[in-house]
Amino acid sequence: MYPADCKYAKNHEFVKPLGDGTALVGISQYAQEALGDVVFVQLPEVGASFAAGDEFGTVESVKTVSECYMPTAGEVLEVNSELEAHPEFVNEDPYTKGWMVKIKLTGALNPELLDAAAYEAHVASEAH
Amino acid sequence: MALRQRETLIFEKSVAGKVGLDLPRLDVPAAADTRPAHLKRSGFDALPEVSEVDVIRHFTRLSKWNYGVDDGLYPLGSCTMKHNPRLNEKTAALPGFADSHPMTPAEHVQGNLALMHTLQTWLGEITGLPAVTLHPSAGASGELTGVMLIRAYHLSKGAQRRIILIPDSGHGTNPATAAMAGYEVVELPSQTDGTISFEDVTDPTTGKVRKGLAALIREHGTEIAGAMITNPNTLGIFEYRIKEIADLLHGVGALLYMDGANMNALIGVARPGDFGVDVMHLNLHKTFSTPHGGGGPGSGPVACTKALEPFLPRPVVVREEAKRGEGEVPAYTYRLDWDRPQSIGKVHTFFGNFAMLVRALTYCLSHGGDGLKTATLRAIVNANYIRKQLTGTFHLQYETPTLHEVVFDDAFQAKNDVHTLDIAKRLLDYGFHPPTIYFPLIVHGAIMIEPTESEPKEELDVFIDTMKQIAREAAETPDLLHQAPTLTPLRRLDETTAARKPVLRWTKQA
Repeated sequence: MYPADCKYAKNHEFVKPLGDGTALVGISQYAQEALGDVVFVQLPEVGASFAAGDEFGTVESVKTVSECYMPTAGEVLEVNSELEAHPEFVNEDPYTKGWMVKIKLTGALNPELLDAAAYEAHVASEAH
Repeated sequence: MALRQRETLIFEKSVAGKVGLDLPRLDVPAAADTRPAHLKRSGFDALPEVSEVDVIRHFTRLSKWNYGVDDGLYPLGSCTMKHNPRLNEKTAALPGFADSHPMTPAEHVQGNLALMHTLQTWLGEITGLPAVTLHPSAGASGELTGVMLIRAYHLSKGAQRRIILIPDSGHGTNPATAAMAGYEVVELPSQTDGTISFEDVTDPTTGKVRKGLAALIREHGTEIAGAMITNPNTLGIFEYRIKEIADLLHGVGALLYMDGANMNALIGVARPGDFGVDVMHLNLHKTFSTPHGGGGPGSGPVACTKALEPFLPRPVVVREEAKRGEGEVPAYTYRLDWDRPQSIGKVHTFFGNFAMLVRALTYCLSHGGDGLKTATLRAIVNANYIRKQLTGTFHLQYETPTLHEVVFDDAFQAKNDVHTLDIAKRLLDYGFHPPTIYFPLIVHGAIMIEPTESEPKEELDVFIDTMKQIAREAAETPDLLHQAPTLTPLRRLDETTAARKPVLRWTKQA
């Protein structure tokens, strides 16, 4: 549910480093479940730079609209344009088909990010 | 409820050659079709061919599936679904109002202009903001008008300000309006009692600090054009520091816009102009009992201070004292004033949705000042009766006292995997329109209930018992809620596909 090759923000975004100074960013399995069926994803422009914690996009589901925050600093290299026609990819497979932006990492990964085990514990503590 | 549970689209009822009206044969030579090609519609041959009986039955069947304020409680929070008095319909149908044409010269429609002027005066008195335009179509149209007034005001002073502050509890139309008027939106965080925070707020999950009102005003100062604040806010909580907020804004030359969606909590009790608001809109289709949706249209007058008056949409109805001999009773004449060089222009054809203005003034005059105040107090009592009766059954995130509406959430029921949507759908089985759900966004799984003053205690009691019954079901037989609604003509609709792949018009199958 929470792949080990990703790091997680407490706000439920993930970052998946690709080993070449770039990384994929999206929302976690827990986040997509909490949102419900995603119907629209708004993503930033390629080239935009974000600090950790900056809002980079919004996800609209049948019940709510939610902001997405950058888990770590980076510059947007690519956005997942497939999501425009297939927002359901975020629900079906948030880590691979449903990634949102590909970034060039600025500096080291945000040290406050959690690994899969710590994130799972965080999710358990947040659930009702 | 009609026994027939499905109804095809009117287009699908079409039978080639069928007519509803037998037109006489053309007895003169047909004129040549001289229309230029670009004025002709092409690729559209889909008007349904149906008889009068087909049309009447189709729409009558659909109307029987409808649920409106005439059927029962309609507790849609922040929408003020109150009763539409029949007296309003009687006055709006008077031939002098109903049959007049908006291009009739002013001297022939003095009564209509007098009506508009009288309503402007009442709305000015109710809001404490003396300058009023009746043109905007409805709430969001009023918001845009109001924010354009703010923009025109700053531009007239040579200032191109760029920021509008909006609380995180605000209606979605607020940031949309500010963006449409060319402003950047900066969010004001709520504090733990549900009101706007002056201090910085630290997110308990991420540790991220969100700047409060005081810091934002220090930081952005004269870059701030204004703030858009709903009062009472979308939780039904009165922003008790509103005067201080207004003073802080005015201190940097910024203006305060009030979203009047929740004005049903204030009329006759508090005037926005008195607590520092510069400009606001009113929803006649909420607060002033004109029909809301379906039978609409809406109407969203904007009231503002004298400082903003020169920028109002034109024309403005003005009253002049007719010249009379000494000792005679003064008479008034009314005219449309187009000479407003600083006006933001027109926001609606002619003078707004005139028939709604007739209804709203009827509501004002038939209640009188004291009656309007009593309606406000009853609306607040009704909401608080529901709050008191359902506290403990449903979770209440904010303990702060509320006025005309109350926002519960699904935290108790979520333990049994029953969520707000399930509760709302189950209410349909019991014959109630559900409350507003999943709004405001600052309450997870919000259930926002606004009964209005129209509801008798007996109807409120049936609703309260129903909500308690649903809470019991959530604990004992949660599947009942997951499957709801079961008694409606259609079961749970596929909202996901509707949102992802909307089909907004019928197209002929090849």
